[in-house]
Amino acid sequence: MSEVPRFWREAKHRYRLVGTRCENCNTLYFPPRDICPKCRRESVGKMREEELSGEGEIYSFTIVHDGLEQFKLQVPYVMALIKTKEGPLVTGQIVDCDPSEIKIGMNVRSVLRKVRTEGKSGILQYGYKFELK
Amino acid sequence: MRDVYVVGVGTTRYGELWDQSLRDLASEAGLRALVDAGLKAEDIDALYGANTSSGQFIDQEHIAALISDYSGISELGIPSIRIEAGSASGGAALHQAFLAVKSGQYDTIAVGGVEKMTDVPSEVANEIIGGSLDAEWETFLGATEPSIAALIARRHEYDRGVKRENYAILPVISHKHASMNETSHFKNVIKIDDVINASLVAEPLTVYDTAPVSDGASAVIITSDKKKIKSASNPIKIKSSSMANDFLSLHDRNRIDTFKAVKKSTSKALEGAGITLEKVDGFEIHDSYSIAGLIQLEELFGKEALRMSENGEYYYDSSCPINVSGGLKAHGNPLGATGVYQAVEATIQLRGNAGLRQVKDSRNFMIHNMGGLGTTSVTTILGVE
Repeated sequence: MSEVPRFWREAKHRYRLVGTRCENCNTLYFPPRDICPKCRRESVGKMREEELSGEGEIYSFTIVHDGLEQFKLQVPYVMALIKTKEGPLVTGQIVDCDPSEIKIGMNVRSVLRKVRTEGKSGILQYGYKFELK
Repeated sequence: MRDVYVVGVGTTRYGELWDQSLRDLASEAGLRALVDAGLKAEDIDALYGANTSSGQFIDQEHIAALISDYSGISELGIPSIRIEAGSASGGAALHQAFLAVKSGQYDTIAVGGVEKMTDVPSEVANEIIGGSLDAEWETFLGATEPSIAALIARRHEYDRGVKRENYAILPVISHKHASMNETSHFKNVIKIDDVINASLVAEPLTVYDTAPVSDGASAVIITSDKKKIKSASNPIKIKSSSMANDFLSLHDRNRIDTFKAVKKSTSKALEGAGITLEKVDGFEIHDSYSIAGLIQLEELFGKEALRMSENGEYYYDSSCPINVSGGLKAHGNPLGATGVYQAVEATIQLRGNAGLRQVKDSRNFMIHNMGGLGTTSVTTILGVE
């Protein structure tokens, strides 16, 4: 499956954690959305892009032992839900840590990392991960 | 609006069925259901086929047409469509067929569910199962479906003081029930320590907390045609069917350890059937993950769910039987087929034909099929008058 156009489309959001804020109700969303689920029609044309700080705390986490093919070399790795300072929950990996140290409530910040290699041509795909603060 | 009855049920065995293809499985189940109903293909007005991911598992789309063709009924020109709603496809197909028959548009529909999962290696199967998540904002980053279930488990323990044993018990119950069901993928009985100490998938979940990769197909024939109902040996009424949805991903929900869609579809189904929860004699729930099973039970029974579990009330011979079929965990989890098998099990139970695992005096069964983790929720209530 070729993901180049799809990945290119999302690059900004993935590199810099750019979400969208509904100017109608002031709720910030990440991942970005075109329509606010609270305001629906009223939000059309009123969703503005906004960058998250990347800071937050661990809301929940798991250590993955049976990973996807693409992530086999990283097993065991930590997947987590991060409660960002600005509000949205973000799904992502926690890296550069001893998985056994991880606890709910720990402070983290986002880092830009290689996430995957696409296909045989080896196109690198980057995105956010998190590290302990 | 007319009354709708299940007049025939059929299923293949569930498991690693190397010698059968998707089309073999689907036509076997369909034929069994038709024979059980005492009907011929000519009596069917439409075929609704549930399937989650045949395009990825076996490179085949357009499978309702394929199944109809290889069941030898293509010359009858019967309209055949596939219905997909993640792992709730089976429940969704049953729901849609129920609406079509109830409305009077069709009299009789064959509802089938099939998944052929073992033609690909297990890592590939896991990747395909992850297809029910958000590809761009979950799986791209390394999330697997079990890892999402594990995030729920960890937070549920943290917020609600739930213990590992509280959900590790559910696979134990499912295996016990599956050991009494001849079509089960697994027939071995396990203990709670087996679950906790099995190989880790996504902590705290082990391989025993997760339902297996299975092949299988199931089918039911539903009708509102009075003649067909009368001639059927033991028709079972579909009292109601309801569906609800929630955000696709956990990260968009206010709470991650509740399933709002489940609350909605189960209460709407009870209302539609005109009964209270106490009148339900048996439940089939979507135990794709042990923790998902527990959250569903909490949506149904609230705080009582844990106490009932600790009192052993979920066994087939106790007060609130859950997954007497063996559930997805032990009867098997061919994704799109599960919701249809739940209807097969409910029918067998309500007819009193369930043998060793028979729930005594059962008059109402609730079956609950789910896509993703609380994303799509379909609840159907079957019963005798």
